[in-house]
Amino acid sequence: MLESYLKSRLIEKKILLMTHIVLGYPSFEECFKIIETMVNAGVDLMELQIPFSEPIADGPVILHANQKSLAEGSTVEKCLDFAQNVTRSFDIPFLFMSYYNILFKYGIDRFAVAMAERNMKGAIVPDLPPEEGQDYLNAMKQYNLDPIFIFSPTTPDERMNYLASFGRGFIYCVARKGVTGLDTDFSGQLNKYLERCRMATHLPLALGFGVKDKNDIDFLKGKTDIAVIGTQTIRLVEKKGVGAVGEFIGSLR
Amino acid sequence: MIDRGYYEGFGGAYLPEILVATFDDLEDKFIKAKNDPSFWQEYTDIMSTYSCRPTPVTFAENLTNHFNGARIYIKREDLNHTGAHKVNNVMGQGLLVKRMGKTRVIAETGAGQHGVATATMAAKFGFKCTIYMGEVDVQRQRPNVFWMDRLGAEVIPVREGTRILKDAINEAFRDWVGNMDMTHYVLGTACGPHPFPEMVSYFQSIIGKEARKQILDKEGRLPSRIYACVGGGSNALGIFKGFLNDPVELVGVEAGGRGLDSGRHAARLSSKDASIGVAQGYKTYFLQDSDGQMKETHSVAAGLDYVGVSPILAYLKESGRVRFESATDREVVDAMSLTIKKEGLIPALESAHAFVQAFKEAPKLSKEDIILINQSGRGDKDIFTVADAFDDPRWKEFIKKKAEEYNA
Ligand SMILES: Cc1ncc(COP(=O)(O)O)c(C=O)c1O
Repeated sequence: MLESYLKSRLIEKKILLMTHIVLGYPSFEECFKIIETMVNAGVDLMELQIPFSEPIADGPVILHANQKSLAEGSTVEKCLDFAQNVTRSFDIPFLFMSYYNILFKYGIDRFAVAMAERNMKGAIVPDLPPEEGQDYLNAMKQYNLDPIFIFSPTTPDERMNYLASFGRGFIYCVARKGVTGLDTDFSGQLNKYLERCRMATHLPLALGFGVKDKNDIDFLKGKTDIAVIGTQTIRLVEKKGVGAVGEFIGSLR
Repeated sequence: MIDRGYYEGFGGAYLPEILVATFDDLEDKFIKAKNDPSFWQEYTDIMSTYSCRPTPVTFAENLTNHFNGARIYIKREDLNHTGAHKVNNVMGQGLLVKRMGKTRVIAETGAGQHGVATATMAAKFGFKCTIYMGEVDVQRQRPNVFWMDRLGAEVIPVREGTRILKDAINEAFRDWVGNMDMTHYVLGTACGPHPFPEMVSYFQSIIGKEARKQILDKEGRLPSRIYACVGGGSNALGIFKGFLNDPVELVGVEAGGRGLDSGRHAARLSSKDASIGVAQGYKTYFLQDSDGQMKETHSVAAGLDYVGVSPILAYLKESGRVRFESATDREVVDAMSLTIKKEGLIPALESAHAFVQAFKEAPKLSKEDIILINQSGRGDKDIFTVADAFDDPRWKEFIKKKAEEYNA
């Protein structure tokens, strides 16, 4: 179970790292190398985004990665094959992240089976609130997979409790308004929000959107259990290539 | 989230968590306004003094004689201020924005009609305004871009994805998730997450309310068939809603583009190419591949060139209440041309789709039958596209001269 894995890791580490990549960008081969580098550098878990043509919650960097991956011929089947290979090769938990249409078109149940067969641990589906997700929730439960739900600063306390009642594994806390890839102000405002998140659930908390360096992660220590690095590594690979990833991840904790 | 807004399985609100509170608030304000009798009064007042409501229905005598079948009437949404039905929705949402106390509006636009209407409303009500428009549409609808600029709106060309309407909607959402506190997203058609389909078709229902009364006053009986073009579905739902409980056949006409067999079209409900999916926050028929990736669409009419369609229309299709057809680019230009020559009316390329299907069916109907076409907008904005379609030599000469003047 993801939750117990995270809690046992947290005994040894003050804060865990989760990274996010877009499958097939820049290519599946390079994705594999990026994952290898990240695992070796001590990343604790990873989310693998299956590209979608309409990634409405993503900012320019991840949006382009989605578009390029699709233009290069990525398919859901290729992503599943890749996931198989990755979970066999590396010993950390992997999650899928994608938009609901990808699961819906594949067939919710069939998708859950495919995840379980590949030893994926769970999924993050940012455009699927629990109100719309009955089929998904049932399938995830049946195949012992964790549905990760999202808190945002605009979520009232009552709704946080409601969301937490469906979530398993951990809760993904979005740091601010806006899409992925913009700057986040790591300051007092965020403290208050994270306190609200903590009150709402016993699950570990991950904080994502705008986390980019050691300063940000130092700020988050003791306030959140997992720091999520998304856009920043994609930018780094674009600018400096896969080779720069190891040093970057190493510099964060 | 209060109400899911489902129409027999179509619709819903597939929202990122950050927007849930904003949608709850919007729905709350909309329901309050709807239940407040003074709101509809305020709405019809502004539509009659600022726009041109009620818009007339025109008896198309020459077209009727030409086809020698059904009596053809045309509902004149082109006579609205800003030249299309879009303003009905925009002014309604504008009044809601005032009630919500927000100060900025954003919108997507395809043909530019919704963008111009939103920029106009923003100018009148004193809101800041940003319009997202696909780069392809910026190219083909330059006159509307010019007017949005003049009206003080910021027009942002969208270079992502297929660079048309759906991509503009994505960008508008991306703006909104960062700025919802003071910004309202004026969605332009009866699509998107609940409550948009319901809200937009509520404001547009003014078309059908008026048309039903007007036809009954003139003819003392109801039309046999009603034709409307379908982009997202707002003008079609607007007129159809007035007749849902009547024995009237309702016909929605989608963009057949280069033909249904070409794959280059935007026919979601009248072709076999679309399937049910979830994107842009709602469930409906989308033109998508087997993985769920949205496909490129094509139409000569920028306002019909959209991958999804109103969940309310998807439901009315499945229930059999509305029939869906398509019209090709070529048929559309021919129908537009005939309407101009016979009636002195210039329908928008979008609206001309409805005329195509009406013209196919009118001769087969009896002289006792009445048909009603919704002319959703006027064609002035299409001058560049239409001039190209007619390969007009004098227009080309004019453009060349103008270019020389600018180069000099
Ligand atoms: C004149 C006109 N008619 C129709 C449409 C299509 O939209 P809808 O299907 O929402 O009426 C547009 C959209 O831009 C338009 O400008």
